[in-house]
Amino acid sequence: MPGSVPLSYYLAISALLFIMGSLGVLIRRNPLIIFMSIELMLNSANLAFVAFGREMNVLSGQIMVLFVMTVAAAEVAVGLALIVIIFRNKHSIDVDLMNGLKG
Amino acid sequence: MDTTALFSLVPLIVLVPTLGLLINAFFGKRMGEKAVGAVASAASGLAFAVSVLMGIILWSGGGEPHVVPFADWIHVGDLNVGWNFRVDTLSVLMMLVVSGVGTLIHIYAIGYMHEDVRFKNDPGRFPRFFVFMNLFIAMMMILVSADSYLMLFVGWEGVGLCSFLLIGFWYELNLLGQPSWYNSYAAKKAMIANRIGDFGFLLAAFTMFWFFKDLNFEGVFSRAGQVAAVSPGAILFITLFLLIGVAGKSAQIPLYVWLPDAMAGPTPVSALIHAATMVTAGVYLVARSAPLYTLVPQAQATVALVGGVTALFAATIAVGQYDIKKVLAYSTISQLGFMVAAVGMGAFVAGMFHLVTHAFFKALLFLSAGSVILGVERGHHHLAHEAHGEHASEEVFDANDMRNMGGLRQKMPVTFWVYLIGALALSGIFPLAGFWSKDEILADAFQKFPAVFWLLLIAAFFTAFYMGRQIWMVFFGEPRHAAAAHAEESKPVITVPLMILAGLSILGGLLNLPGLHSLTIWLEHTIAGVEAGEFNVLLASVALVLALLAIYLSWLLYGRRPLVAGQKDPLKQPLGFIFTGMERKWLVDEFYDAVILKPYTAISAFLADVIDGRFWHDWFHEKVIVGTYEWISRTVLNLRIDSQGIDAFFDGLGNLTKRISADLRRFQNGFVRSYALAVLFGVVIIVGYLLLK
Repeated sequence: MPGSVPLSYYLAISALLFIMGSLGVLIRRNPLIIFMSIELMLNSANLAFVAFGREMNVLSGQIMVLFVMTVAAAEVAVGLALIVIIFRNKHSIDVDLMNGLKG
Repeated sequence: MDTTALFSLVPLIVLVPTLGLLINAFFGKRMGEKAVGAVASAASGLAFAVSVLMGIILWSGGGEPHVVPFADWIHVGDLNVGWNFRVDTLSVLMMLVVSGVGTLIHIYAIGYMHEDVRFKNDPGRFPRFFVFMNLFIAMMMILVSADSYLMLFVGWEGVGLCSFLLIGFWYELNLLGQPSWYNSYAAKKAMIANRIGDFGFLLAAFTMFWFFKDLNFEGVFSRAGQVAAVSPGAILFITLFLLIGVAGKSAQIPLYVWLPDAMAGPTPVSALIHAATMVTAGVYLVARSAPLYTLVPQAQATVALVGGVTALFAATIAVGQYDIKKVLAYSTISQLGFMVAAVGMGAFVAGMFHLVTHAFFKALLFLSAGSVILGVERGHHHLAHEAHGEHASEEVFDANDMRNMGGLRQKMPVTFWVYLIGALALSGIFPLAGFWSKDEILADAFQKFPAVFWLLLIAAFFTAFYMGRQIWMVFFGEPRHAAAAHAEESKPVITVPLMILAGLSILGGLLNLPGLHSLTIWLEHTIAGVEAGEFNVLLASVALVLALLAIYLSWLLYGRRPLVAGQKDPLKQPLGFIFTGMERKWLVDEFYDAVILKPYTAISAFLADVIDGRFWHDWFHEKVIVGTYEWISRTVLNLRIDSQGIDAFFDGLGNLTKRISADLRRFQNGFVRSYALAVLFGVVIIVGYLLLK
């Protein structure tokens, strides 16, 4: 496909998004932001999947993306439920307060 | 009608006495003496009836041996032993003797024990006696009806047990009825002497199994010739070790010493077990094993010689005894010697013939002796009542001692006459039972073993002499003790069995009269190759003349001038130390005591005190083990080493773990983000490794 964007560009953006996402997970204390960062990481993976799928001319990359989105939705549902419970117990959702398993 | 079906009734000879003993064991205390005695006698009598039935159907069937399987017993590898009843002419003969004489003795014992338990102040012990007696009948029946050596051994041990129980019936008393352990020592002596014999029997049985792979009579005898051809030593070994068993059970040299002491049992026991039946089990065993013994002449010669020597040896001791039952006991040993000699030299019929007649007249003699003892006890009791406890009642009185008797002929006429018949039968006076059977043995011995013949002939002379001595001492002259002067005759329950036995002692010879040989014909169905002995008139007359001579001699010494109270035995003067030897039983007990018991006790004491006590306990355990342990704990494992070595090592382990975990806990800070960072690092490191490797 002449003139199209090369694979390495997509991968670069995907890596960039993944780093941003992981930094967000590591740095932010608000779990909602952390979830958003996780979404960012998942989407960076999705981007890599579709980029490879297009490059290889197969559909499995896009199919995998659908699975990832499904899992991400389920994960957010569970995660938000956990956050609600934690807020009821601690009246805060700061993740650094959740250190009850400290050794 | 098919008579062979009736053979299946034969287990009743064991089951009925067993039932009798169970009834008496569980209900005896409540049933009263008459009922107990009736149950026991009826059980024995029924066994006799079954034995008679067996004899009749066996005879009508031509004497063919019959084996009745009753129960399975042992199935292990090659060993296959069942509890089978063997009905053949030999076993039926024994069954008839055991249950027939046994029943008469049971009836007699009702009267005897009634008084005995009262003289010894323990009437509650009455039922126990009959339980043991029925157990004995059952066990003896197992012995004689066995179809294999192992089953025979069961009965063999069973009668040994009954013998032990009944010798020790008054286990807490001695012969004089005083508190003592004498009777239980006598019971133990019988048990131990028999154990030595049993060891021989067992070794013989093991060897038999090794070479024949079988213990059943049929199996062993049918292959005896085969085995003898391959390993002749095996048969010799088996027969000689069986002889040890015989010597134990049938009281032969060197194991006879238990039988005289067995007189500690009540007199019916002496009659039934230690004269008529159990002690003849050894004779039966040799007769039963005839196919083995006939293969090895050396074993036959040994058996015959043992029998002959025992016959003479015991007869000499009987001459010097004063206890009325001890005389009869040594006489029994001597007569058993006759039988063993007979079966040993291959005269199986003569041996079995003498076994039967001896069962009649020796049971008769013992039971009459019991009647005499009771009569004297009654006289003594009577005196004690008259004396009103002033002095006489506490006097030590031996109702068995012939020196206390004398003149009982007028006091106890029935007992006197039956005793006389028994004594004459035992002495071998024509035409009583003992004459025929003893003469048959002598005739066979004369042909086969002249040496044994001379032993037996001299023994027969002594037999007549000591029986004459006993008759003169007990029944003639004047009473030598007040108790004998007041003796009373026994009741019919005692005297009627005596009369029946007296009749049998007179007529017993008819069993195998010369010319008729009914017993020979009867037994040849079972024992192959028996031949009717020739009746030797000359030999019989010599034996008879010798017996009469001996009785005349005894009259010269004891009858012409009867003993008076406190007089020494008239034989003591002329014979001197020889008579003392007879009196002291040739010091055999002392000899065994010095040669076997003393060293045995010394070795036991040595093992217990020195080896076990001082060596193992005091030295090895206390000094070596405990000492070493203490030394190790005191020096090697002292406090310093314990606290600074062992404790320090384990404390160090603990401290190390603590320190490591203190360092590690910093990583587990509870912050989710730091865990996520760790995960990230991990992923980066793993992926980096995978990419860069």
